[in-house]
Amino acid sequence: MAVDTALLAEAALRGPAPRRAWWRSPSLLAGGMVLLVLVAVGVLAPLLLSGPAGTLTGDANLSPGGSHWLGTDPFGRDVLARALVATRLTLVMATAATALSFVAGVALGAGALLAPPRIRQVVLRVVDAAVAFPSLVLALVIAAVLGAGAGSAVVAIGLAGVPGFARLTYNLAQGVATRDFVTTAHLLGVPGPRVLTRHVLPNVSGPLLVLLTSSFALSLLEISGLSFVGLGVQSPQYDWGRLLNEALPSIYTSPWLVLAPSLMLVLAGVGAMLAGDGVARIVDPRQAHGTPAGRSGRTTRRKAEPEAAPADDAVLVVDGLVVEAAGRRLVDDVSFRVRPGEVVGLVGESGSGKSTIAMAVARLLADGLVAEARTLRLRDLDLLGRPPARRLATELGIVFQDPSATFNPALRLGSQLTEVLRVHLGRSRAAARDAVVAALTEIKVTEPARRLRQHPHELSGGMLQRASIAAALTTGPALLIADEPTTALDVTVQAEVLRQLRRLQREHGTAVLFISHDIGVVGALCDTVLVLRDGRVVDRTTGAALRAGEANHPWTAALLAARPGARRNEETA
Amino acid sequence: MTTATAGATPAPATPGTGHTRAAGGSVLDLPWVRFAVRRAGGLVLALALLVTVTFLIVPLIPGDPARAVAGSSATPQAVATIRADLGLDRPLPQRFVEYVGGLARGDLGTSFRYRVPVSEVVATRLPYTVQLAVPAIALVLLLAIPLGMAVGVLTRGGRRRPLDVAFGTVVGTVAAVPPYVLGTLLVVTFAIGLKLLPPGGAQTPASLVLPILALALGPACAVARVVRAETSSVLEQEFLRTARGRRLPPGWLYLRHALPNLLTSVLTLTGLVLTSLLGGTVVIENVFSYPGLGTEIVQAIVSKDYPVIQGIILCVGALALLVNLLVDVVLGIVDPRSLTGGHHGG
Repeated sequence: MAVDTALLAEAALRGPAPRRAWWRSPSLLAGGMVLLVLVAVGVLAPLLLSGPAGTLTGDANLSPGGSHWLGTDPFGRDVLARALVATRLTLVMATAATALSFVAGVALGAGALLAPPRIRQVVLRVVDAAVAFPSLVLALVIAAVLGAGAGSAVVAIGLAGVPGFARLTYNLAQGVATRDFVTTAHLLGVPGPRVLTRHVLPNVSGPLLVLLTSSFALSLLEISGLSFVGLGVQSPQYDWGRLLNEALPSIYTSPWLVLAPSLMLVLAGVGAMLAGDGVARIVDPRQAHGTPAGRSGRTTRRKAEPEAAPADDAVLVVDGLVVEAAGRRLVDDVSFRVRPGEVVGLVGESGSGKSTIAMAVARLLADGLVAEARTLRLRDLDLLGRPPARRLATELGIVFQDPSATFNPALRLGSQLTEVLRVHLGRSRAAARDAVVAALTEIKVTEPARRLRQHPHELSGGMLQRASIAAALTTGPALLIADEPTTALDVTVQAEVLRQLRRLQREHGTAVLFISHDIGVVGALCDTVLVLRDGRVVDRTTGAALRAGEANHPWTAALLAARPGARRNEETA
Repeated sequence: MTTATAGATPAPATPGTGHTRAAGGSVLDLPWVRFAVRRAGGLVLALALLVTVTFLIVPLIPGDPARAVAGSSATPQAVATIRADLGLDRPLPQRFVEYVGGLARGDLGTSFRYRVPVSEVVATRLPYTVQLAVPAIALVLLLAIPLGMAVGVLTRGGRRRPLDVAFGTVVGTVAAVPPYVLGTLLVVTFAIGLKLLPPGGAQTPASLVLPILALALGPACAVARVVRAETSSVLEQEFLRTARGRRLPPGWLYLRHALPNLLTSVLTLTGLVLTSLLGGTVVIENVFSYPGLGTEIVQAIVSKDYPVIQGIILCVGALALLVNLLVDVVLGIVDPRSLTGGHHGG
């Protein structure tokens, strides 16, 4: 039930979210329905059922059944009727407490925003400190001051909810206040309080509504909790908590007495939970987990019987590769080979399918993508079957695109880069570390031993990318897949990373499948180049031809011409 | 503390490391020291707030506090005695100084009802509450994290829709039931119906089972929902594809690569859930007539035993601060970025 107000504010300030219509949310519908029924019961039950709920009869302690569905209490009153009648008091108290939290909290949060900085700091510090305590403890303080009773329970629970609303209001309003339209309103001379009511509060109403719903549920359950321990509603008045309290002493002799108030509390709790979930999803649809439809089966499968493996020395054979997602063809009948020591480039615009090919070869396709091929083979390893993890991990090195996203932020560099050596080659921690340190030294990473003790956020992108190239080569892979390894880096760093990649590739004689949208980079680095468009290979050329500016196919020529600097070269020529 | 030693290595200003550090590298630049300084400030303020609020309980009582304590039928003489006992005859600032001074010496005052020092009352009750709260907190974490992760892994990328729906329904419902109702229903079922466990008291270890379950189940479900949602989103991160590319065994992949990244946001919420669990002990103890701080404070409020009320609120408040501090320390170990950043680990 706890709501993290800071996260809620963050979610709301990420920017405008497409809101879903309320009737599209089944949980809001169900929760709203439950709450509406409870409100109807709260209105009607005291009018219709005060007789069986209040009249003392001789039918004491009857167990459930007959005319008393949930039995009678020691005074012969109908238990169900009493629970239904108690709905009104319970709902009224919860509503009053929530209203108190909301009004006082929003006023405090908005007031802090408008107050002079020094007062604002004091208020915020106190609010932050108050949020750290359980709200029930604050409620007990107030109950201690005011004594036990329905009114003091409402005030206690209401005030206990104030810090949460104050904090959320302040965080939200402050986030909105620094946005353009508010600054503009200020410049136009609109007075502060008016800016707040006209421009700020309407934009923060969504998250407040979420907190309001969960706060109502919490107030209801906590006020009932106070009544339950004897600090809330006092006899002869009764709410659900009080009924439960009165039922407890005779729980052995007449256990059915707890049933009706428990059921009502569970119903109210679940109804408020459903409604809260629904409101949260409408306000911030990102909280809903919209996942693609279920899929099954293997992601990589054989299209037909493979041709007899030809006795060639190709490191990678791709024949008739097709990748589909929900009936859409992302890669269409692509075939190529990578020979030992060869650097093969896949070049094309984004969406041309080049990275999808790389991920299909690496067997790392995203959920929902299915690959088919006549042949997909890494040396003698059939990639269409179930290749052993150890061989895949050691014979296929991969360098991914954006080092800020592809390194695990929570783990030290050392534990990430030595994993393959430790898990698949059984090296000791020390031996694996020494191997990676040597590889990092080779690729000119300064202070390699210290780098391994650092976390990714402490290193630059260029250094991370050089480290992942070095680590990928420590197992002596047959093929290195480099999927846009320098796209996320700035130009000067890019050149250095590519130079080191080329140098190590020559020294180790590793075959490379190099993916890039930059035809200049591909031309400079690759022996053979495949030009892709809409998932098809439209041209096969060589790095030498690209470097010379020769293009047989119009699309290759277009890519060459679109390269930054191409026009300048023509002009200076 | 390997983090500290790693950070302590003198760092020459290497260009392009992306790691800025003040020249000279004073002690204040070490992440854990900065964390301790920042956290200590907040802790002192929270403690000051706690002390002030508990002090204010008596002066804020509407009307004459001494009359309220003594009851309407008390003689003027008795009221005067109580007034002196409460120190109401002295000015407010002086009373505050005396109150704080007493706390510093460990003097929480004397109980009106028992005529013994409040520190004794708290000392006899506290172990019972701790022995309820600590296993409950442990149970929340032990239940919620594996369950949430397992469901998150099994339902990743839209797999196993029925499991997803079943999990959401069951866990959402249990999380919505208040602990005292859960406790009552557990008593009716397991103590009275099946006669498996004692319904209350604290005589045997078996009598702890139901209260701990009643306390832990709801929060565990609330945390499990969050763990599940976080697992789903972490599994879609690119660094997890990198880890898959290393063909790690599933256990290694999920425990070493996914778990630490879940913990940051999960622990932030867990702090809130666990402090509210402490509040829950107050109510739950009353379901099971359990002799902890919760039953004591309720009796104290009903009989207006203000020194005991103040002492117990100080104690529970301090426990809540301790839980928050522990959560932050664990967060710092799991995700070092949270040491330097704000509340949510950047």
